[in-house]
Amino acid sequence: MTTAAPDDRSTVAARGQPTDTPASTTGAVVELDHVTKRYGPPGTPPAVNELSLTIPAGEICVLVGPSGCGKTTTMKMINRLVEPTSGRLTIDGRDVMQLSPVDLRRQIGYVIQQVGLFPHMTVGDNTGVVPRLLRWPEARIRERVEELLDLVGLEAAAYRDRYPSELSGGERQRVGVARALAADPPVMLMDEPFGAVDPIRRDRLQNEFLRLQSRVRKTIVFVTHDVDEAIKMADRIAILQRGGILAQYDTPDAILSHPANEFVERFVGADRGLKRLSLARVRDLELIRPVLVRAGTDRTDARRELQASAIGFALLVDDGGRPLGWIRDTDVDEQGPIDPEQATPGASLIEPETTLRDALSTMLASSVQLGAVVDQNERVVGLISVDQISEVLQSGNLPGSTDATG
Amino acid sequence: MPPGEPLLRPDWVVNNLDVIGERLAEHLGMTATAVGVGFVISFVLALLIRRRRALHATVVGAAGILYAIPSLALFAFLIPFSGISFVTAEIALVSYTLLILVRNILLGLDSVPSDVLEAADGMGYTSRQRLWRVELPIALPIIVAGLRIATVTTIGLVTVTSLIGQGGLGYLIVVAGINAFFPTAIYVGALLSVALAVAADALLLAVQRRLTPWSAARGETS
Ligand SMILES: Nc1ncnc2c1ncn2[C@@H]1O[C@H](COP(=O)(O)OP(=O)(O)OP(=O)(O)O)[C@@H](O)[C@H]1O
Ligand SMILES: [Mg+2]
Repeated sequence: MTTAAPDDRSTVAARGQPTDTPASTTGAVVELDHVTKRYGPPGTPPAVNELSLTIPAGEICVLVGPSGCGKTTTMKMINRLVEPTSGRLTIDGRDVMQLSPVDLRRQIGYVIQQVGLFPHMTVGDNTGVVPRLLRWPEARIRERVEELLDLVGLEAAAYRDRYPSELSGGERQRVGVARALAADPPVMLMDEPFGAVDPIRRDRLQNEFLRLQSRVRKTIVFVTHDVDEAIKMADRIAILQRGGILAQYDTPDAILSHPANEFVERFVGADRGLKRLSLARVRDLELIRPVLVRAGTDRTDARRELQASAIGFALLVDDGGRPLGWIRDTDVDEQGPIDPEQATPGASLIEPETTLRDALSTMLASSVQLGAVVDQNERVVGLISVDQISEVLQSGNLPGSTDATG
Repeated sequence: MPPGEPLLRPDWVVNNLDVIGERLAEHLGMTATAVGVGFVISFVLALLIRRRRALHATVVGAAGILYAIPSLALFAFLIPFSGISFVTAEIALVSYTLLILVRNILLGLDSVPSDVLEAADGMGYTSRQRLWRVELPIALPIIVAGLRIATVTTIGLVTVTSLIGQGGLGYLIVVAGINAFFPTAIYVGALLSVALAVAADALLLAVQRRLTPWSAARGETS
């Protein structure tokens, strides 16, 4: 119980591998080959310059870079909302310029920056737009809409008949994502899909989306200008520089540990070491065996257990194994049963899925530099310490990241 | 006006209900024809302008000039071609609807947010599908607003066509009323004309509300 299972991770690199999901839900390879876009006449500076990227099937490629560096332009060339000046774009080997724009777009999910829901259609009709264009039978569309709204966490019965004007910003963005997923397209283009929501809700949407992606495995081109979002969402990050020049295209870990040049280094920020901690999760660490003391236990017993252990703290738990607070040896000097009031609060709950970065912040915020790792029933499964994470920072080796560059 | 003639003679109204009803129906028919034909022409013009923005100034300018010509002058100009007829009356009435309708159809189409258009293209609507399933439905409230103004204006103008033997309720006002010094007919014609305008306006608004439940939804939450 104190060891993490390094193989059940679903982080970054592992997500890209084809799995036993059905072929219809597996993404296609998207390839850009020396693609250039000039909005003006020849000679004007290009918006995208000689860009070459290969996005493996089923991966999330995040385009990130300063405003005006050509992220949206790059994305729109994939569904031909913008035509490249030169170069070749292919999806599963097929040149997009050989396909009819309308057919191409119906096979590519598109989430636009400003959401762009159709104000005159209900949530259900918005979601069913592409299936309707593809002339699916009505019964199948209805079924699919229900399934999709469910998938993005909107209860179909409550939301299907509402109009976009009756939704919150976050709900609209979810409908935007559901609409893009409707015809089960192999490729999704998402232009700052969570840009309009507050940080807390954005974090939830990101998590939901990653969970969703682990099931549907689309090839996703995701635009953001938030480095943290890029690190969190990406299998690979393409950092663009002004003028649409590719500064680096690699896994988040490689970009954070080996930035290709000064631009990338500045762009990802001086705290890239810390940021890299978001790439590993608590379950990747070897958990410390906790000293658990049930409320009401005699202090003498507790003292004995504490002295036998190397850590200076015991964790007071309730009958369900849920943590109540920390106990130090000075708390158990006397006789009699332990009073839960004595425990130092702040046994902040950390889950196996919590990133090391978030775990570190949580622990630093409490007076005890330990974190109680709990399962979904909030039962304690082990401890981690600030020292463990400092060690990761100093050594530069992320736990369980051996395949991160694959 | 003959001395002793009362302002309103209810017995005349009662005895002439059939004539009044006929003229009311005629008025309604002339209005519907003018607004209907005007709308079709304006719709085609608006679509042409959208395709070639350069046409905008020419078309709107021409419609503006038509709108500015006094109706009497327009009749005089048309009579050599189409005589003293229903057609002459309708040509004039239709010309007066064009400016309002073309402008409102264009305003309506321009009111569609650009992100919605981009989403429609991105979803794979053909340009025709985009027009009929996205742009026109969203433009509808503004287009109907134009139709309401055009309808109310036309209902007023129809009375003037009594000068060339048409006129609907205008017949009551001009021929039976003014020419015969008979105030009752003037009041009946004018009142019914106003009532018709108010009713048509309310009806169009009700139809628009029914067709665009989403715009009511927007109103409630904002
Ligand atoms: N339709 C257009 N016509 C002319 N220039 C354009 C057009 N669209 C974009 N550009 C220019 O091309 C460059 C790249 O624009 P793009 O929208 O791709 O940037 P972006 O990286 O998406 O920026 P942001 O983060 O602000 O969304 C910018 O300099 C922009 O001004
Ligand atoms: Mg952009």
